[in-house]
Amino acid sequence: MSVTERVAAHPGLRRWSWVVGAAVVWVAAYWANPYLWDWLLFDVLALDPDSRLGSGVHFFFYDTVKIGLLLTGIIFAVTVLRSFMSVERTRTILGGKREGVGNVVAAGLGVVTPFCSCSAVPAFIGFVAAGVPIGVTMSFLIASPMVNEVAIALLLGLFGLGPTLLYIGAGLTVAIVGGMVLGRLHAERWVEPFVFETRLRGKVIDPAIGLTWDDRLQMGREEVVTILRKIWPYLLVGIGLGAVIHGWAPEDLFARYAGAGNPLAVPVAVLIGVPLYSNAAGVLPLVEALHDKGLPMGTLLAFMMAVVALSLPEMILLRRVLKPRLIATFIGVVAAGILAVGYLFNAVLA
Amino acid sequence: MNIKILGSGCANCVNLERAAREAAAELGLDAEFEKVTDYGDIAAYGVMRTPGLVVDEQVVLSGRVPTAAQVKELLAPLAG
Repeated sequence: MSVTERVAAHPGLRRWSWVVGAAVVWVAAYWANPYLWDWLLFDVLALDPDSRLGSGVHFFFYDTVKIGLLLTGIIFAVTVLRSFMSVERTRTILGGKREGVGNVVAAGLGVVTPFCSCSAVPAFIGFVAAGVPIGVTMSFLIASPMVNEVAIALLLGLFGLGPTLLYIGAGLTVAIVGGMVLGRLHAERWVEPFVFETRLRGKVIDPAIGLTWDDRLQMGREEVVTILRKIWPYLLVGIGLGAVIHGWAPEDLFARYAGAGNPLAVPVAVLIGVPLYSNAAGVLPLVEALHDKGLPMGTLLAFMMAVVALSLPEMILLRRVLKPRLIATFIGVVAAGILAVGYLFNAVLA
Repeated sequence: MNIKILGSGCANCVNLERAAREAAAELGLDAEFEKVTDYGDIAAYGVMRTPGLVVDEQVVLSGRVPTAAQVKELLAPLAG
C-alpha cells in the first residue's frame, strides 16, 4: 500500500494529517508574511519604507494577514479545547460554591467555558435557578466576554506574552472583585422575581459529552468561519485607521493630549470604549498604532476592557432579568474596576 | 411529534429550524413546529446556550446548530 492509500484507509490518520498539514501551512504563512510584503511593496512596487504612504500601506497589508492568521489559529484551537467544557458543567461546578472561592472559580470558568453573550439571559436564569449565588454568576458573566479568545489572540500577536498575561490577570481580578462587590450589595434584590420562580424541568443534557474528534474539529472550523465573517468589516476599518495613524499622525499628537500625564485620559478612554461593542478585532489594530505613538499601556488596556466587557446590547438583553438598578450598579462596578486597572498599569509601567 | 425550537430569534435559531424541518421531511415525520422565544421558558428547559431543540418536551440538543443529517440521527429513534 502506498502512503496515500494507507492514510485514506484510516480516518484517524487522515484527520490528524489534515490537522498537522494545516498547522505547517499556518506557521509557514506566519513566518513568510513580513518578507512577502517587504518584497512586494518595497522591491517590486518600489514604495519607500520610510515614507508615510509606504509605511502606512505596509502596516495595512502586513497587519491584515497577520491578524487574520492569528485569529484563525487561536479561534480554532480555543474552540476545540472548549468543546470539552460546557455551560452546564460550569453550572454544576459552581452550584456548591460559596461566595469568595466561588467568585474566583467562576471567573476562571468564564474564560474556558464556550459562551456567547447572546446567551447571557438563559445562562443567568439557569445559574440562579440552580442555586448559584448572584455575585458568583456575575463574576462569570464579567470574565467571559472580557477574557475572550479574540482579544487574547490579538494581544498575543501584537504585544507579546507580557501584556497578554497582564490583561488576563487584570480581567480576572475585575471579574472576581466586581462579582464579590455585587454579592455584598445583595444584588438579588434587583433581580426580576420571575427568575427565582423558574423551575428547571427535565433532564439537562451536557453538549460536551458524546462528541467525537471529528465533531470537535468541525466545530473549530465552523467557529473560525462564523467569527471571521462577523468581524472582518470591523477588522479592516480598524486596521485601516491604524494604518492612517501609523503613517500620518504626528509622533507626539496622542502622547501630548492623552499621555500618562493626563489623569482624564483613562476615563475618557473608557467612555469612548463602551459604545464600540464587541469589536475587539477592530479596536486592537488601533490600540497597536496608538501604542506605537506613545500612549501608555494602562490607558489602552482600560479602553480595550471597556470595549469588550461593557457592551450596550448585552445590557439591553440583561434588562430582561435585571432591574435597572442592578444594571446601573453592574456598569458602575465594572467601570470602576477598569478605571483602577488603567491607573494602576499607567503608574506601574511608566 | 412536537418539535420546539428554543431561541430568541437569532440567526442560529433560524438555521436550526431549517435543519429540523428538512430532517423531519426526509424522515416523513408528521411533526408540528413551535418556537419558544421567552427566556424564562427557554431556561426552564435547562437550556443555557441557544439555540435548543426540544422533541416531545425532551431537550435533545442545545448550544449549536447541527446539520440536517445530524438532526435526522437524533429524530429517527424518537419517531417510533
